[in-house]
Amino acid sequence: MSDTWHGVLTILGLAVVSFITRGFFLFPEREVKIPDWLTRGLKVAPLAALAAVVVPEIVLTQGTLLHTWQDARLPASAAATLYYLWRPGVLGPLLAGLAVFLPLRLALGW
Amino acid sequence: MFWSRAASQLLNEPQFRRGAGDMLSVVPGIAAWGLVTGVAIAKSGLTLPLAVLMSLTVYSGSAQLASLPLLASGAPMWVVWAAAFCVNLRFVIFSAQWRIHIGHLARPRRLLLGYLLADLNLITFQRHWPGGRREPGQVAYIAGGIVAIWVCWQIPSLVGIFLAEAIPVSWGLGFAGTLAMLGLTYGLMTDRSTWTAAIVAGTAAVAAFALPLKLNIVVAIAAAVAAGLLIEQAERAHRHLRGDA
Repeated sequence: MSDTWHGVLTILGLAVVSFITRGFFLFPEREVKIPDWLTRGLKVAPLAALAAVVVPEIVLTQGTLLHTWQDARLPASAAATLYYLWRPGVLGPLLAGLAVFLPLRLALGW
Repeated sequence: MFWSRAASQLLNEPQFRRGAGDMLSVVPGIAAWGLVTGVAIAKSGLTLPLAVLMSLTVYSGSAQLASLPLLASGAPMWVVWAAAFCVNLRFVIFSAQWRIHIGHLARPRRLLLGYLLADLNLITFQRHWPGGRREPGQVAYIAGGIVAIWVCWQIPSLVGIFLAEAIPVSWGLGFAGTLAMLGLTYGLMTDRSTWTAAIVAGTAAVAAFALPLKLNIVVAIAAAVAAGLLIEQAERAHRHLRGDA
């Protein structure tokens, strides 16, 4: 099998993975009875997933905790958090964070 | 003829517009994240047609990013798929949530919608419809959000693929996606059980980071959901004992 077809097959398989995971509980024709406690638990799942993705992105480098404060991600996250406390939202904190992040990263190499 | 009429009908649906409009506040984050994902795909060694195919069909930034190093290292197909499945396990959890709102549609239609539903769809949806039950207008709202995210993700992603040479990865533009998610996370932390869930999830994800295949994300979600349930249970018992339940 050539490299190209190997690549095509792998990628189409990944698309099938997206299809199956996203549609998992949508496949059965009959309503799947999900227990009440599970439904309540699922309400915090998106928040949990976000926090689980976000926190390592901020405090880990190559799988180990940061051992320097000279990392642009920390002041940028602090700026975004402060901005959020001032004006809750998504765009404002994002821009405040980037305004701190990009100069530190590009000028100081943090 | 049928399609154009159906499309214009949908575009005039207020909830469709609302669903698309609610995405606009997160567009910069999605766009930046899409751009960086596009750059990362193109720089992983995939040929241009394969990179475009991946962006258009896989449509899951985190799974794409997780699978790239495996693809580059020549890992067997099943390992690449298994890794992507683990990263995407959260969608299995989310699909149970979506079932409440789109489970009444015909199977092809609900599966198509499901395939196109990203993390941000659920977050904006839950903010707009916090009731957790089926209500009229929800499907149109979901469709609006799907179209908005698909366009706002695919265009920057394709641009990133084609401009990969010009944008250095050292800019760390992917962090814009993290910052956008940070604001979203804060927005969902509204009471004691959600605060607990966020803290537990963040801590567990860091503590379990050494697990392979990004399983730390799954561990963190499970721990946070359990903690959130426990807190809720404890608060109910507390109210019950005080007699105001």
